[in-house]
Amino acid sequence: MLGILPQQLVFGLALGAVYGLIALGYTMVYGVLLMINFAHGELFTIGAYVGWGVLAWLINTQLGGLHPAWVLPLLLLMAMSASGLLGMALERFAYRPLYLRGATRLGPLISAVGASIFLQNAIMLTQGARMKVYMTNLLFPRSWTVQVGGVRISALVLVMISVAMLLMWGLHLLVQRTTLGRCMRAVAEDREVAAVMGVNVRRVISLTFLLGSALGGAAGVLVGLYYTQIDFFMGYSAGLKAFTAAVLGGIGNIRGAMLGGLLLGVIESLAVTFLNPAYRDVVAFVVLILVLVFRPTGLLGESVPHANKV
Amino acid sequence: MSATHRRIALGAALAAFALLAPVLAPNDYVVGVLARICLYATLALGLNVVVGFAGLLDIGYVAFFGIGSYLYAFLASPQFDIHLPFLLALPLVVLGTALFGIAIGAPTLRLGGDYLAIVTLGFGEITYLLLLNLDRPVNITNGPSGIIGIDPPALLGYTLGSNIHYYYLFLLVLVLTLIASNRLRHSRVGWAWQAIREDELAARTMGINTTVAKLQAFAIGASFAGFAGALLASWQRSVFPENFLFTESINVLAMVIIGGMGSLAGVVLGAAVIVALPEIFRDLADYRMLVFGLMLMLLMIFRPQGILVPRAAPRPTPNSPTATEKSA
Repeated sequence: MLGILPQQLVFGLALGAVYGLIALGYTMVYGVLLMINFAHGELFTIGAYVGWGVLAWLINTQLGGLHPAWVLPLLLLMAMSASGLLGMALERFAYRPLYLRGATRLGPLISAVGASIFLQNAIMLTQGARMKVYMTNLLFPRSWTVQVGGVRISALVLVMISVAMLLMWGLHLLVQRTTLGRCMRAVAEDREVAAVMGVNVRRVISLTFLLGSALGGAAGVLVGLYYTQIDFFMGYSAGLKAFTAAVLGGIGNIRGAMLGGLLLGVIESLAVTFLNPAYRDVVAFVVLILVLVFRPTGLLGESVPHANKV
Repeated sequence: MSATHRRIALGAALAAFALLAPVLAPNDYVVGVLARICLYATLALGLNVVVGFAGLLDIGYVAFFGIGSYLYAFLASPQFDIHLPFLLALPLVVLGTALFGIAIGAPTLRLGGDYLAIVTLGFGEITYLLLLNLDRPVNITNGPSGIIGIDPPALLGYTLGSNIHYYYLFLLVLVLTLIASNRLRHSRVGWAWQAIREDELAARTMGINTTVAKLQAFAIGASFAGFAGALLASWQRSVFPENFLFTESINVLAMVIIGGMGSLAGVVLGAAVIVALPEIFRDLADYRMLVFGLMLMLLMIFRPQGILVPRAAPRPTPNSPTATEKSA
């Protein structure tokens, strides 16, 4: 059983990197709006479907003369644009009317639940309830592997981890170095003071949704390539896990989301190796509860000033 | 006609409607939907104690519903070959679920707001997964195939059989739950809950033992759910893990919120809306859940405080986004 442990750990890291990507969307939105965007899992699903559609179209047209190395960036770009724009639209039409009117914090939560149900059914009605198959093998043949210290790692897993890390690093730079990033941090810290200081709060919130949702869309493509099967319901458990990851690391905290994601992925792979695979999620949630009970603001602490009111 | 008279007239009209509804219903299916509304309203009133009164956001509440259902199934089915009479099993189930409420509530006492929500979500998921997987190594829950052949309730030697019987039983339970909720709200612990909801630190300063009050909220909320769970199990004559998914927790939360949080009539109305809407849209077949999601969004956009706004509308808290940023 120990023989497969390194292998499982690599899978865990790959999965964890993707959880981290999705978790970023939850954590960023929570940072600026103090709301759980329940529809985020569906934005992730939509990214997976857009990636699937583009890939299928490219393969039908013999890649349209495109060099194979450009296929993945193109998939990611299309999926991220679609999810990002949809996330922005969601904020504009389903959440903004609520937060502008000063509704209680539960109102946006229910609106998000409605959006989640709506999007899930919209995907099912337009794309069918049966699963779609990603033709991953044409992009990353199973024979492409790298041998690292006796562990065989498929090229796809390496690409997944690097893409996720690259996107997270890009977001980190954006948040820490650019004016937009500074505005986002200011809005998360204190929205009213930020507004007084001349930050266009609505625009910052809108762009936060764009960025967070785009990362979710990218994660959708990666998960599609990894599992090769996608369906309209995939956002439910992925969203739940990613949200767990965000809380595990400390919600509102961008580095925390990445850490939480990786940790959750590794914990799950350990649970699969040493325990009954059916209890994989039980282990993940037990760890979450233990962390919160003993360290109620997550591992790296929350960066949201005060979030203890319903 | 004074306001009081109008309220009495409205109450009488509603009572008459509730009593006559199954007789006027066009078919047995509609009676079943009405019974389900009463059952879910009872469940939602339990969540209202936790979320509406005490302000503790619980998004894994359906776990208690599930625990209640399974406890009843253990006590009155061929699963362990125990067949307790309905009126004996019921208090045991309610007590058992209340204990689970305390057990789950205890570790979460230090947590506030959304962290509490996530821990309850975690407990909800764990409960579902345990119900699903505890058929091995020792068969307790019978796994994904659920427990079937649960005994129907027998009251005073009379066995309930049809939807109409269940409707009146559930209506009776709902009325009792409403009375209990109203009494709770104006009781000592009810005021303590509302004080904690408004400002926990201030409540503690005023000498309220917040630990005990919160545990009471969890225990009482859980016992309502256990009651409803036992009724569900005895009505369906079977229980499956799929009855207690996370989406059910969210549905129950939506019942509490869309009617107008804190208002008892609002909770009942919310339950009626959430149960009946997908039925009303049944003609839309595949599109009904799509429309349901859209309706939830529209309701929140146009009635953010719920359909029936309680008389003392909740003030925006300092943390909640306020209208002041319109200047932004």
